Amino acid sequence: MKKLVLIALAGLLVSCSSPTPEVNLYSARKEALIKPLLDAFTQETGIKVNIISASADALLERIKSEGINSPADVLLTTDAGRLHRAKQASLFAPIDSAILHNNIPANYRDGDNTWFGLSLRARPIMVTAKAPESTLTSYEDLVAPELAGQICIRSSGNIYNQSLVASMLAHASASDVEAWAKGLVANMAREPQGGDRDQIRAAAAGQCSVVVANTYYLANMLADSATDDDRTAGEAISVIWPNQQDRGTHVNVSGAGLIKSAPNSDNGIKLIEYLSSDKAQHLYANVNFEYPVKPGVDIHPILAKWGKFKADALPLEKLGENNAEAVKLMDRAGWK
Amino acid sequence: MFSGFKWQASSLAIASLVLLPLIALLIISSQANMQLWQHLSSTVLPEYVRNSILLMLGVSAITLTLGVGSAWLVTQYRFPGIRFFDWALLLPLAMPAYISAYSYTGLLDVAGPIQTWLRDVFGWSVGDYWFPPIRSLSGAMLVMGCVLYPYVYLLARSAFLSQSQHFRDVAALMGYTRRQAFLRITLPIARPAVIAGLSLALMETLADYGTVAYFGVNTFTTGIFRTWFGMDSVSNAAQLALVLLGFVVVLLVIERRSRQQAQYYDKRKSSAPSPKQLYGVKRVIAVCLVSIPIALGFIVPVSQLLIWAIQSHAQLWQSEFWQLVFNTVSLATVTAVLAVALGLLVTYAVRTTQAPVTRFAKQVVSLGYAVPGTIIAVATLVPLARLDNLIDAWFRTQFNLSTGLILSGTLAALIIAYLVRFMAVALGSLDAGLQAIAPTMDQAAKSMGSTPWQVLQRVHIPMLKGSLLTALLLVFVDVMKELPATLIMRPFNFNTLAVRAYEYASDERLADASLASLAIICAGLIPVILLTKAIQRHTH
Repeated sequence: MKKLVLIALAGLLVSCSSPTPEVNLYSARKEALIKPLLDAFTQETGIKVNIISASADALLERIKSEGINSPADVLLTTDAGRLHRAKQASLFAPIDSAILHNNIPANYRDGDNTWFGLSLRARPIMVTAKAPESTLTSYEDLVAPELAGQICIRSSGNIYNQSLVASMLAHASASDVEAWAKGLVANMAREPQGGDRDQIRAAAAGQCSVVVANTYYLANMLADSATDDDRTAGEAISVIWPNQQDRGTHVNVSGAGLIKSAPNSDNGIKLIEYLSSDKAQHLYANVNFEYPVKPGVDIHPILAKWGKFKADALPLEKLGENNAEAVKLMDRAGWK
Repeated sequence: MFSGFKWQASSLAIASLVLLPLIALLIISSQANMQLWQHLSSTVLPEYVRNSILLMLGVSAITLTLGVGSAWLVTQYRFPGIRFFDWALLLPLAMPAYISAYSYTGLLDVAGPIQTWLRDVFGWSVGDYWFPPIRSLSGAMLVMGCVLYPYVYLLARSAFLSQSQHFRDVAALMGYTRRQAFLRITLPIARPAVIAGLSLALMETLADYGTVAYFGVNTFTTGIFRTWFGMDSVSNAAQLALVLLGFVVVLLVIERRSRQQAQYYDKRKSSAPSPKQLYGVKRVIAVCLVSIPIALGFIVPVSQLLIWAIQSHAQLWQSEFWQLVFNTVSLATVTAVLAVALGLLVTYAVRTTQAPVTRFAKQVVSLGYAVPGTIIAVATLVPLARLDNLIDAWFRTQFNLSTGLILSGTLAALIIAYLVRFMAVALGSLDAGLQAIAPTMDQAAKSMGSTPWQVLQRVHIPMLKGSLLTALLLVFVDVMKELPATLIMRPFNFNTLAVRAYEYASDERLADASLASLAIICAGLIPVILLTKAIQRHTH
């Protein structure tokens, strides 16, 4: 009996061990967005990328439950909070790579080298021409009384808003941030609903004049591939970079880490290194309208038009650490 | 062939398929953080509960009105286009609720064409006029009610059709008008089927995440996700999911009670009811009435998708398209067949043995449907992966060999998750069908020396053909539309149409998502049409 099982298993193993080198990617980035980069990687290295894409939290649960037998080599997620969470769950193995150190500034990667930011997204304030003449220069100004009924922002269930509030918690006391959140809720034009683009569309239609949204949504609405309606809406909006006099505009990263039990760890490291290279960083900027994390890589002309900005230099693991507190605070403030 | 014991054992085995994830849920939830509970109950929980209940009430009202109303019209009257309406009323089944939500929002939102047009024509600006907000609790009721009514329609329709003319002859003798006969006889008899359909619609409502999240309506389900993702507490999320299960148990109890009070069988050979031909204005009214659900649940949202698809300059993964269709359709087919086979076994075990164990098994199997797909996925993933790792560890110690993961990350695991979630759908339809067959039939067959197995094969399956096809159809379209479990549990490089549509939609690229959405609807239409034709052939 034992023999039979062994033979069957040997057969299984032979049929499983593929001659082509490969890397297994668990991705919280949409396949359509990441595919061009992965194809370029495969073309350059000959390493095949197997991919499963789902939400970061679901993938985390999957890796946790699969345990030491997980086929995952690399986890790619869309925000620093999730990367931090994966690190906390000790899913990541540290990578000692000079390439990654050279390409990625220190505040966009983990201090213990377990995860690395690969693209940067900014969440500034956007306004229409109808926005009240005010000195709207910071997130804190969003609670100004003249903005009553003027603000469109999506729900507090959204990770981008959670990260924004988490970043504020790193800079101010919890009670101040809660008071701010209450003020923001009081200034909302409508109950939070829809996505970032919907906020921009509502502003363009005149329901509100101030929006908080990620830049790549606006950029996507202005791109050639957008519908005419979206382009018209996008053109009605201008970007204000908040907090330029102090901490800088809130930013977040998408990033990746190597899974501890990775069966193809060398290829996994190669993939992450590749994603930080000039070529991949250029693709990120041009396919997704995000900002490259690597300094010196040029950005898309649409982004360039909004000018340079100072980004919050907060170490991004803070976003992860403060996330749960941020959500509770938003609950208490009545931010739906 | 099957002894009572075997019936009980096999129904328990099937129930354990659902029970295992539920137990996993219980274990996960045991590590919950009490402080977080306090936070939840003092801030957001009351709103979650209130919204969930209101949503269920609204969806009930809409699905009952549209479902029962249209089923009554197409079975009782003859008017132009009846053969078409008969199956077209099922079209919204192929429409995932969240996609309908995207479409309606695109159409009715502040920035949508209708409001923009109004502003242009009348020179208004936003705030000058009132317009019903689509992204609201009532919007969610409308969107969900309009895609979920077919559950009620389908079951009500077959109940109306299977009621023999005798009942209505009696009604005529008693001097009832058609309407009185409907209210006093037809409807009460069809009640178990109607309630089975309604409970499916309500369980789907409770489990829905996409629509309510998009509309910004906080329900129990959005709360579960928020607790899990936002507060990083799987255990508290699992607890909330268990409370949600409590809701479902209440629903199921209500459903059972309502059935116990009403057990009607027609013991004579049934003759098909004769519909009444409508003329003149009545005929126009009837056509208008049955068009409303089709328009709201299908034509309006599909038109918006078509407009987007035409407007968008996106390329549709041509080479991959047929692979996606193949993946989707084959998964849905395999699951539907399995779910119906297992569902039949469970319902039949209850009927044959009447043992409490089998009844318990049936109730357990009904629970899965209301649990959000993501929670089901995690609750299935955890025990399967643990089993895999145990086997692996054993092989490592015995043979110094690693088996790796045998089930996790395979299609088999995904199908198990689907079964956990969708077996209730099959069960609802089969149960309603079986209820309509008088137990005396079984007794007669048994007295002639048939085994329960033979009774099933020779008596019930032929009589149940309509319900079987209905069950197949419902599971099929549900699997086609399923998203969260598919996302988490699918193997490498394996995608379905729903996954594709979602990836674009969640990135707010609705125009790009429209093509994949239309593909889901088209791929869903084929079985809807084929099966409804088969059901029609069988019942007419």
